[in-house]
Amino acid sequence: MIEPSLQSRRKFLQNVGYISVSFSLFGGCIGKADPAMASRVDYLGNLPGVMKQANKVNSWLEVLGDGRVRVLSGKVELGQGIRVAIQMVAAEELDMDLEKVEVHLAETGVTPNEGYTSGSASIKNSAMSVRYAAATARGELLRLASTKLNVPMESLTLFNGVIRSTANKKSVTFQELLKGAQIETEVTTPVRIKSKDDHRYVGKAIPREDIKKMVLGNQIYIQDLRFPGMVHARVLRPPSYRSELVSLDDSQLKNAVPGIIKKVVNGNFIAVIAEREYQAVKAERYLKMHSKWIIPEVFPEMEKLYDHIREIADEPENIRNDGDVKVTFEKRKTLKATYTKPYIKHGSMGPGCAIAMYDREVLHIWSNSQGIYPLREALAAMLKMDKGKIHIVSVPGAGCFGHSTADDAAADASLLALDYPGKHIRVQWSRTDEYSWEPYGSAIIADIEVSLTESGKIEAWKSDIWTDSHSTRPNSDPGTLLVARHLENPMDMQSRGYRGGGHRNGDPYYDIPNLQLNAHYYDGPLRVSSLRSLGAFANIFAIESFMDELADKAGKNPLDFRLEHLEDKRAIDVIQKVKDMTVSQMIAAGEGLGYAFSRYKNTDAYASIAVKVVVDRSKGLVSIIKMWAAIDVGEVINLDGIKNQTEGGMIQAASWTLKEQVKFDNVKITSTDWSTYPVIRFSDVPEVEVSVIDRPDQPALGGGEAAGPPTGAAIANAIYRACGRRIYNLPITPKKIFS
Amino acid sequence: MPKYILNINKTQREVEVESDTPLLYILRDNLELNGPKFGCGIAQCGTCMVLIDGDAVVSCTLPVSSVGISEITTLEGLADKEGKLHAVQEAFVKEQAAQCGYCLNGMIMSAVSMLNKNPNPEVVDIKKALQLNLCRCGAHTRMIKAVETAKNL
Repeated sequence: MIEPSLQSRRKFLQNVGYISVSFSLFGGCIGKADPAMASRVDYLGNLPGVMKQANKVNSWLEVLGDGRVRVLSGKVELGQGIRVAIQMVAAEELDMDLEKVEVHLAETGVTPNEGYTSGSASIKNSAMSVRYAAATARGELLRLASTKLNVPMESLTLFNGVIRSTANKKSVTFQELLKGAQIETEVTTPVRIKSKDDHRYVGKAIPREDIKKMVLGNQIYIQDLRFPGMVHARVLRPPSYRSELVSLDDSQLKNAVPGIIKKVVNGNFIAVIAEREYQAVKAERYLKMHSKWIIPEVFPEMEKLYDHIREIADEPENIRNDGDVKVTFEKRKTLKATYTKPYIKHGSMGPGCAIAMYDREVLHIWSNSQGIYPLREALAAMLKMDKGKIHIVSVPGAGCFGHSTADDAAADASLLALDYPGKHIRVQWSRTDEYSWEPYGSAIIADIEVSLTESGKIEAWKSDIWTDSHSTRPNSDPGTLLVARHLENPMDMQSRGYRGGGHRNGDPYYDIPNLQLNAHYYDGPLRVSSLRSLGAFANIFAIESFMDELADKAGKNPLDFRLEHLEDKRAIDVIQKVKDMTVSQMIAAGEGLGYAFSRYKNTDAYASIAVKVVVDRSKGLVSIIKMWAAIDVGEVINLDGIKNQTEGGMIQAASWTLKEQVKFDNVKITSTDWSTYPVIRFSDVPEVEVSVIDRPDQPALGGGEAAGPPTGAAIANAIYRACGRRIYNLPITPKKIFS
Repeated sequence: MPKYILNINKTQREVEVESDTPLLYILRDNLELNGPKFGCGIAQCGTCMVLIDGDAVVSCTLPVSSVGISEITTLEGLADKEGKLHAVQEAFVKEQAAQCGYCLNGMIMSAVSMLNKNPNPEVVDIKKALQLNLCRCGAHTRMIKAVETAKNL
């Protein structure tokens, strides 16, 4: 459901007559009355994320006129289930039924500026901020009730929006206490939070209310949002990177296609606005056929991509240096391997879409951007507008797994809205444009060199990671928006974004006395940005593949070899758990069982993966039979959310590992649809089993990116166990197994 | 512009559109049905599926002129008059078989279409029936389970 702010709600609802359906969820299905007040403990740690700045309760929650609570979070829903997790945390601290808590996600001017929804940080930052705000609100409401009812605090119980006194049997509701005001108390530590033993929701598997809407077609995605009088636009993209428009003959466009309202040309940006969506589709096709372009050769030879990367990379930057790798390597023969991962796509099921409307004062934008405040910065810079005059509402989108095309579509729509004020303009990207222009996950090379002691322990480890940027997300640089580069006065991207993501997990989590990590940054040919887990997928593929090779060299069982290099009990536990989950597996001829482990970012969630495959080497065919995960995200918020993310993370990573590679020729991207960029289908999908180790005493961490990185290596290791073939270069195609 | 009378969700709907307009655009843009989704426009991903006379077909490449008097059912038309969900819809909720849910329309349509013909499918039949439908979130295993659950509802 779209939930605009109070300020914009009235206006919004007038405009969105079509979006009317919402129905109550699992009303009170978990836990009923809670008259005995749950015990509380002091939280003494730091305040999370932006709560250090946005530290007032009313930045995070409001009590509505009917006594329900609205939580405000700057994060967006991408199918990861953050909405329900935040709702659970707030309902828990306020002792309310879940259905009495609604969650308003990112909207400029309304919710806190929580930057991007990325890096598995929404639980750690946003949900925890909401926890402390809700706990503080509870304390303040009790204090107000004590005064109002003239009874001591100790005699009060608070449940489901009503505070009762056991002393004089009087009661008062939240809204009666506040009378339309909000709680402006600052959140300060210690915060009295509910004791985890008394949780009713947190840690349990709570169903998502949005899935009920989805099965009826009532979940409103950005693509589904509709306004009265809304018009439809399509953008004719250049045929390739750096193409220049030579000529455009649109003299017969209006005769050829009915319903054309307007054509907009600004440099290499060409768009058409029509009354009906399919008219815009046809108009774009027409313009494509009637345009001429200079199409330069901009890409290197794809087959030599990795050589090209080594040629263009900067001098290496040392990221970590423990002990003395160099001296150790001089003493012993070392083992070396190189692993590669190609460019891969986000591959969102829903191509980019956005709606914008300029009311001649404020530019309103509806977007599934992962960061509406940073998007506003970029738009303000591109449009040379005061950012106070740009209002962005976050609307759910199809899963996008990082910085995909949502922001670019918002930029397209904004340009058109300024050109054609007063109308809601909907821009929808085609699949081909999505696939030709989205920023990909960077290609990565990992060179690893290791020496083992005589007893077969790792003595020294050196990782050299070649990587492009891992975030070119919108910021104050307008060149982060695709369309800015195509305007008559083009704005190219000034910086190279966040390159540090490339060496994420490039240094093994194992206890190794001499350890060196170097990053070789390159500014590569393809547009790149954040893709789920950033460099961790490639780096863990390399590290965990090599761990298996090293175990073999040392003559050890691969899991025991890993355990010998770990002291962190939580790491040991996930490995032990996945070992237990697979202990009864029988391995037939042609089958193999492979394992891998990682701790995401080396600071966050722990995951250990096992994969069983069967390989037909004569045909090069790999079938995954089953995948297992043991995961530890600290304190679990929504158990089913973690399971769902972990299952999906494994399956998506299996797709990356076995199928995916962005292909290109000298002038353009050639992976332009689902046939030229195949992904996993049902026939390839194995069984999956997830075990979650709940640690209520540990900080809650995000789990969305934990399972993917070790999955790639576990598959490669399983294939090696099955057929003796070690694959170093992703994807693991039949040709590589066969040859 | 020609007029077409379409049988959609047991109701006759008249639309005035160009004859080459694919059914998907009519359902979404003219008739404001959000069940079928635009995913590729080239019949490769299944997000736009509808039932035509009980069979799941992609609507993004199907010109309106070829639909004729066929019975079209969209996701919105699966629940019965009293609002009781179709068994497949109910099972997808029960198994929480979605992440972003953008592909869910196609998954449900394919599953309903298969169960119309084979009320007791094995996992291999379910996978075959959903083979044309892509899911990027990796919710496949839950969807398979949901279809298995649906056959018992």
